[in-house]
Amino acid sequence: MKKGHLVGIGIIAVAIVIIMTSIGDASSYETFNTALEMKKDGDEKAIHVVGQLKKDAQGEVQGLQIREDKTSFTFVLVDNEGTEQEVFYNEPVPADFTRSESVVVIGSYKNEEIFIADKILMKCPSKYQETDVQAAGM
Amino acid sequence: MINTFIGNLGHMMTIVAFVSALVAAFAYYQYYKANELEKKSWQRFSRIAFYIHGVSSVLIAFSLFEIIYNHRFEYFYAYSHSSKALPVHYMISSFWEGQEGAFILWIFWNVILGVILIHTNKLWEAPVMIVFALVQAFLVSMIMGVVIGDLKIGSSPFILLRDATPAPIFEINPDFVPEDGTGLNPLLQNIWMVIHPPTLFLGYASTLVPFAFLIGGLALKRYSEWIRPALPWAIFSAMILGMGILMGAYWAYVTLNFGGYWNWDPVENAVYVPWLILVAAVHTMITFKKSSTALKTSIVLVILSFILVLYATFLVRSGVLGDASVHSFTDLGLSGQLLIYMLFFTAVALFFTIRAWKHIPTSEREASVYSREFWIFIGATTLGLMGFQVILPTSIPAFNALIESFGGISNMAPPADQIEFYTKFQLWFGIALALLTAVGQFFWWQKMDKKALKDALLTPYIVSVVASALIIVAAKVYDWKYMIIVVAGTFTVVANAVILSRLLKKSTFKLAGGSLAHIGLGMMLIGIMFSSGYSETISINMSGLTYSNSWEDELNKEHVLLWINKPTQMKDYTVIYRGRQKKVVGVPEYVPAKILESTGNVNEAIALEDYKDFFKKGDVVDIVLEENDYFKIDYFQNEVLKFSLAPMSQFNQGMGGLISSPDSKIYLNKDLYTYVAAMNDYEDPEWKDDEFYEASPGEQFHIADFVTYFDGAEVLQEVEGYVLQEGDVAVRANLRVLDYDVEKKLTPTFIIRNNQVGKLPVVDNELGIKVTLDNIVPEENKFVFKVNRYQKDYVVMKAIVKPYINLLWLGSIITLMGFTVAIYRRFDEFKKMRDKGME
Repeated sequence: MKKGHLVGIGIIAVAIVIIMTSIGDASSYETFNTALEMKKDGDEKAIHVVGQLKKDAQGEVQGLQIREDKTSFTFVLVDNEGTEQEVFYNEPVPADFTRSESVVVIGSYKNEEIFIADKILMKCPSKYQETDVQAAGM
Repeated sequence: MINTFIGNLGHMMTIVAFVSALVAAFAYYQYYKANELEKKSWQRFSRIAFYIHGVSSVLIAFSLFEIIYNHRFEYFYAYSHSSKALPVHYMISSFWEGQEGAFILWIFWNVILGVILIHTNKLWEAPVMIVFALVQAFLVSMIMGVVIGDLKIGSSPFILLRDATPAPIFEINPDFVPEDGTGLNPLLQNIWMVIHPPTLFLGYASTLVPFAFLIGGLALKRYSEWIRPALPWAIFSAMILGMGILMGAYWAYVTLNFGGYWNWDPVENAVYVPWLILVAAVHTMITFKKSSTALKTSIVLVILSFILVLYATFLVRSGVLGDASVHSFTDLGLSGQLLIYMLFFTAVALFFTIRAWKHIPTSEREASVYSREFWIFIGATTLGLMGFQVILPTSIPAFNALIESFGGISNMAPPADQIEFYTKFQLWFGIALALLTAVGQFFWWQKMDKKALKDALLTPYIVSVVASALIIVAAKVYDWKYMIIVVAGTFTVVANAVILSRLLKKSTFKLAGGSLAHIGLGMMLIGIMFSSGYSETISINMSGLTYSNSWEDELNKEHVLLWINKPTQMKDYTVIYRGRQKKVVGVPEYVPAKILESTGNVNEAIALEDYKDFFKKGDVVDIVLEENDYFKIDYFQNEVLKFSLAPMSQFNQGMGGLISSPDSKIYLNKDLYTYVAAMNDYEDPEWKDDEFYEASPGEQFHIADFVTYFDGAEVLQEVEGYVLQEGDVAVRANLRVLDYDVEKKLTPTFIIRNNQVGKLPVVDNELGIKVTLDNIVPEENKFVFKVNRYQKDYVVMKAIVKPYINLLWLGSIITLMGFTVAIYRRFDEFKKMRDKGME
């Protein structure tokens, strides 16, 4: 067999390994229900859940509990199916957290009660709201 | 009054630039096809067209900067990206904060590169400039802002605010101009953000040059001659792009608070991959020049690097990344245009390559294992696979969008722990590269067989094994993967240093580029291993709290809560948070915020106390960006103050909250990196219920938890900020409040006028208390104080030690030097050939 072929096979092999691990390690978007089922099936993989903070009629965020040492907190996230879930995040509250329009939590269920987020991504309202223009000028 | 002239000028120039780019492309095509007689006049005409394009592009940039510089907030761009408080050098950052500005920057660099190419090339001018002019037409179209029916082409930076937002105010007064803009993202208010984007965009722009030479070469059927002029530019591009990436990494390290210089964020990945491919292309091009192999590989790699830059632009700017990235840009509706741009040049490249493929000379001879070609090829392949491993998961959001556009549903998400995911591959690729560069350099400079290789490698091998053993023992590297990195990195450094010293002895410095760059690479590898692999959070698990949930006890709390003035032990240090500070113009140190009071004007404050020799009480001082608070954190060791750090935070309404930048103590062998993750908001405190305390002069008592001395009261003749009338009585109580080692004087005042009582309370934001002298009972010689509490000032902070990070920065600089030497050498070669009339 020619050396060139060996090298070629080597490259293809590495490429396949890369593709397989990329698919294997890729996370997925889930709802809290499917995530809980995954946990019950023993699948501990970190997944993405998209949702909104629980708010009351006045738009005030409900269920935000900051730990005494201010280095972590829990909050209630409502996913797109409407399931409410308490989520723990081991970081101080991000400053614009309560203003966020939607929140993506990346993590998994610790037990059946609590979802632990390893990372939070927030989508915040656009910087340029109509009201802002007015406020800036009046 | 609204100034519409400058916006119209800018918009006009955009259209001129677009049309002239098309004209230049057409003219250069005629020049390319014309016979010898007509060539001269077509050349003249084409150049004029390109120069018109160049001038109008510069005027576009000028118009936009004029709008920002003169605070023309009637324009959306100025309104949303700048404010009056910005110093001039940050106005430059405002210029490219928006995507339109970034495109203008790109266009500008292409113009500069185009002009240089016109004047340094003879034969290549026409074909190269056709590609250039077409690229420019695409880029200018991104900022055209022309609407034809339902079709919107480009997003113009010159639109007025009233056209951009439907705010009700404009119905009342169409000529309304906001007082101030919403400001520049504070994260971009950093000197690296002034120079990082232009560097990166010069890197982006310059990938076009080798690509243009390649397309020119394929069109002219000079399948291999394009390499010579393209090579110095390819190296230049790789250097600038690399420098841009490193500056971005450094900026992230000093400004962002994700705790490092690299986060494997899609935006970072999107530039990292084209750079890898470009470096691979440079290597195969050099090989081709030396031994006429790897031409096809070079062609593929050059095309890939250019297309990947366009793909990166598409990913980052089309909004397709959406939730996946922390810093993706807002969608300007350009996705379609960006896609067409990318697909157009992909099609052009494919067309010419396929047409030329069977004419491209290849070397039939099989590369021997002892040949440099073989090792360079393996190296280029490694770089390619490295890029492939990164771009594949980065494209998941694009893949989802593609499936959804065909009506499917895909719930695939990027890997949850990106750092771990990418590191586990890139680490091994990095090691492979390090070893390859070491061995490859020996093959490069001399003929090798089994024995010669053994002889050449033996000494560097022994030296590096001994050196790495020392490093491993001294720095306690006990992880086997990291040990391999140390060995590989040291081996690269030693082997390339051997080559370098030989080259310098035998010939000139001109040839040293390669070995220099590789020495830098080895150092970077070791630096990255130490600073990331052994980065240690020292602000860990310090609250002393136990949690009700057992699972929560298992988690590491990586932040520390620091109450003001309270000493807290953190690993080898005792840290004390000492309050907020501001930067004042003309004062070389930070000034405590509590002695400054805003005058209401932007960036201006009145001094409440003298401050050293810098200003006196009552002076009006200028503040550098008043929103910025610098938190004074004192670090003690053995009760001795070692140093203070001042991590910055800004409470930015427009940006939606707290924005923090770290501050680091830099040692030769490590950085101590700290940032503020949360802070107390005492702008509008919710005071708790009244508490009353009675005390006689000279008595000691407790206010809240603070030991307080009531030193006595005095009758005042005048009260600051208050006009005393005949018959008024003003009494001031002098309180000393102790908080750890800090003593504060609080002086609530009590005024009696015509049996009416006026109380002037004092608020101490740091202690979080408001003290009012509520009543005086002369019969009992008692004073009654009313106290309201809020909470003491605090910060939540994270502190990380990053060992040997300087090795990474030093390695980067050496690598860039190596690139520079190589550019010089390759451009010199091209110039000699050109001046001989060969090209």
